[in-house]
Amino acid sequence: MTQLGSFPGGLLLDGQKRRSTQTAIRTTPISKKLILPMQQHIGEAAQEVVSIGDKVLKGQKIAQANGHMSVCLHAPSSGTVTAIDKQPVPHPSGLSAPCITIETDGEDRWIKRQGVADYSQLSDHEIRQRIRDAGIVGLGGAGFPSFIKLNPGIHHVIDTLILNGAECEPYITCDDMIMRERAKGIIEGIIIMRYALRVTQCIIAIEDNKPEAIVAMESALEKYPETDTIKVVVIPTRYPTGSEKQLIEVITQKQVPKNGLPLDLGIVLHNVATAYAIGRAIIHGEPLISRIVTVTGTDVKHAGNCETLFGTPISELLNFCNTHRHKDVPFVMGGPMMGYNLTADDLPVIKTSNCILVGVDNTSHQSTAMPCIRCGDCAVACPASLLPQQLYWYSRAKDLDKTREYNLFDCIECGCCSYVCPSEIPLVDYFRFAKTEIMHKQQEHQKSDIARQRHENRQARLEHEKAEKERRHLQRKLALAATQSNKEKAATGNNVGENK
Amino acid sequence: MALFKLTPPFLSGSSRVTKHMLQLLAALIPAIIALVYFFGPAVIVTIILAIVVALLAEALMLKLRQRPLMPFLTDGSAVVTAILLAIAIPPMAPWWLTTIGILFAIIFAKHLYGGLGYNPFNPAMVAYVLLLISFPLEMTQWSPITSLADHVVDIPSAFQFIFQGSLNSQIPIDAISAATPLDEMKTQIGLLQTPEQIMQSPIFNSLAGQGWLWVNIWFAIGGLFLINRKIISWHIPFSMLAAIATISLVTWLISPESYASPLFHLLSGGTMIGAFFIATDPVTAATTVKGRIIFGAGIGLLTYIIRVWGGYPDGIAFAVLLMNMLVPLIDYYSQPRVYGDTSS
Ligand code: SF4
Ligand code: SF4
Repeated sequence: MTQLGSFPGGLLLDGQKRRSTQTAIRTTPISKKLILPMQQHIGEAAQEVVSIGDKVLKGQKIAQANGHMSVCLHAPSSGTVTAIDKQPVPHPSGLSAPCITIETDGEDRWIKRQGVADYSQLSDHEIRQRIRDAGIVGLGGAGFPSFIKLNPGIHHVIDTLILNGAECEPYITCDDMIMRERAKGIIEGIIIMRYALRVTQCIIAIEDNKPEAIVAMESALEKYPETDTIKVVVIPTRYPTGSEKQLIEVITQKQVPKNGLPLDLGIVLHNVATAYAIGRAIIHGEPLISRIVTVTGTDVKHAGNCETLFGTPISELLNFCNTHRHKDVPFVMGGPMMGYNLTADDLPVIKTSNCILVGVDNTSHQSTAMPCIRCGDCAVACPASLLPQQLYWYSRAKDLDKTREYNLFDCIECGCCSYVCPSEIPLVDYFRFAKTEIMHKQQEHQKSDIARQRHENRQARLEHEKAEKERRHLQRKLALAATQSNKEKAATGNNVGENK
Repeated sequence: MALFKLTPPFLSGSSRVTKHMLQLLAALIPAIIALVYFFGPAVIVTIILAIVVALLAEALMLKLRQRPLMPFLTDGSAVVTAILLAIAIPPMAPWWLTTIGILFAIIFAKHLYGGLGYNPFNPAMVAYVLLLISFPLEMTQWSPITSLADHVVDIPSAFQFIFQGSLNSQIPIDAISAATPLDEMKTQIGLLQTPEQIMQSPIFNSLAGQGWLWVNIWFAIGGLFLINRKIISWHIPFSMLAAIATISLVTWLISPESYASPLFHLLSGGTMIGAFFIATDPVTAATTVKGRIIFGAGIGLLTYIIRVWGGYPDGIAFAVLLMNMLVPLIDYYSQPRVYGDTSS
């Protein structure tokens, strides 16, 4: 296991990590108003269980998981529910979504917490249930409900749990800092996850540009007697090594099959911050109500990492870090490679908000794109071994069938191609566009299929009814004819015998 | 300055089209100096003329096609085309020859196909072939190497000849026209001389043609610089050179009396400029890794075939254009295996 693999393509980027690792994790002051979107995860939105005017305590459940792919939501601090309505939320689409607004009372009073000091008293099922109730989702950025990824099902044998501490995107340091400062808590979480998954080995993967985190994790591990199945693996710094499939290849030298899942290789992957949250939830009974957010960028004076309650307006976080945001710099949720543009600074911090980035050093510009000179640099950089220039060509021509032939859906939208393109073509934009376009088409297709089906059913029903009518009509006619002939028979009764 | 982009990635790498082209130009400089040293300064006049005409033609076409002059005029691609063609044609080519070539390259071979990035054929090579077919006489009047000429044509006389077609009476016509080593090799082998005998002629040294040897070496060094700076990838030049080396080695081993040595082929004519600067033009080359190897090898083989068995002394231009035609096919069939795809 000492030998590492490597994935195709990728980039060596200037990490810019030191900007935000100079100070310890700070705690953002409690905001007067917390705005909590009911959907902060992939899947179905939670369903509110409070009403306007309700007093809530810190950690109290305010929305219930709704459907299988869903998790609960809790009040990050004590206060009063003042609104349940649509509010702008941080999302690439810039749309509004249902939110619960809490006016905090400043007392920050906890609800009664029920931790379990010895996790082995719980079954794996109970652990998953608690994790779901605690509202835990992947904190790496995607927000996939964590309890699902701890439930591989009976069809897969899982032997390895990989903890993703790679954090390959430039500027972001929240995982780095949590590993430095809360290594013990992370390991407690890992041990619980190991128990729930019944895996034989756990690997904490950390990029070699985080020596402090590596040391912290390793020395924390030494204090645990039964941790010989958990180890730290130092991996080379290369973007996007923190991406699921790429990280797995680095660690195991195996590629996750196309259209497959890590489960197919017997692997489950979780983020280190998620492990920490799981530890807190099981042992201390604390639901997920805050996270560490990196606030950094060229416009941030006191860049660093802040433990921030969900629902805190981004503007308060920016003030706390002494930020003077210029209008002409990128304002991004997430990292500079895969994050998305923020439309306003009063949007709330949510479970997936790993980083607020205000200004980057080598900004890419709009509208300077030159034609593709077919240099092929994009194909060299692509970690999915795609041919971005061909995809670009066909996306632009809206030849969607061709884009699928060139494996559009294997694109992980890492941005390596756009980054290297000497013509500054916004390649990823084209790919996203083509993907949505195809998905729309498919939906429409399904819809029209359904409509056609309906139409056909109706047609069949009508026909059936018509046939039925005719049949009845005929029957009546026959019956009529029969009675008539009977009458006639009766009238000519004497003839009957003759006829016979 | 343009607005920042609202979509990821928000970071941008440092390589830019213009920067690519500038490094390409820098890499050509040593070989150009070698050309001046061996064949006289006339080539400078032709290069400058070519650049001026190319930029004017580019500006005109951008205007006609209603495209912004900037950044296209300064992207450097027209200048690169101009220099490549100016080096490829004889240094003392008359002004109209250069002008026709450049106009054809920029207007027809580049802009009528859609401009930068859309032309399927290498513009400089299209123009070269056009000139070679239409003006065979002018295109084969190559200056003799300066060390062998009685007279070195200086810049003023070069001017006079290029623009007025007349020569100072003291300069003999031999000073502007002599057989190139490839010509000589071809003609003499046709006359049943062995390469060994032919190489006794003063225009050769022990390995290849006098002067040409060094020009080729400097092109190769410039090319290696480009590979080192990641401006070009090694696949095309190396597969092309390997193909030439292999086929010439085989024929040479079979019959050294009638085929020149691999070294001669590698270091003569346009081999090195072709391998590192012309075949690698990204717009008209294959784009996949496998495809580039096939593309380069194809150019190498065709070059050799045309040189040895074809009707022209050098075959780079034809070989490049022929392979340009095959690029869509090569690209389609050489797609890399997608990540995690286990089907073969
Ligand atoms: S964004 Fe897609 S196409 Fe571009 S490099 Fe990443 S995976 Fe490849
Ligand atoms: S990097 Fe840009 S210019 Fe080069 S082939 Fe890809 S899309 Fe074209």
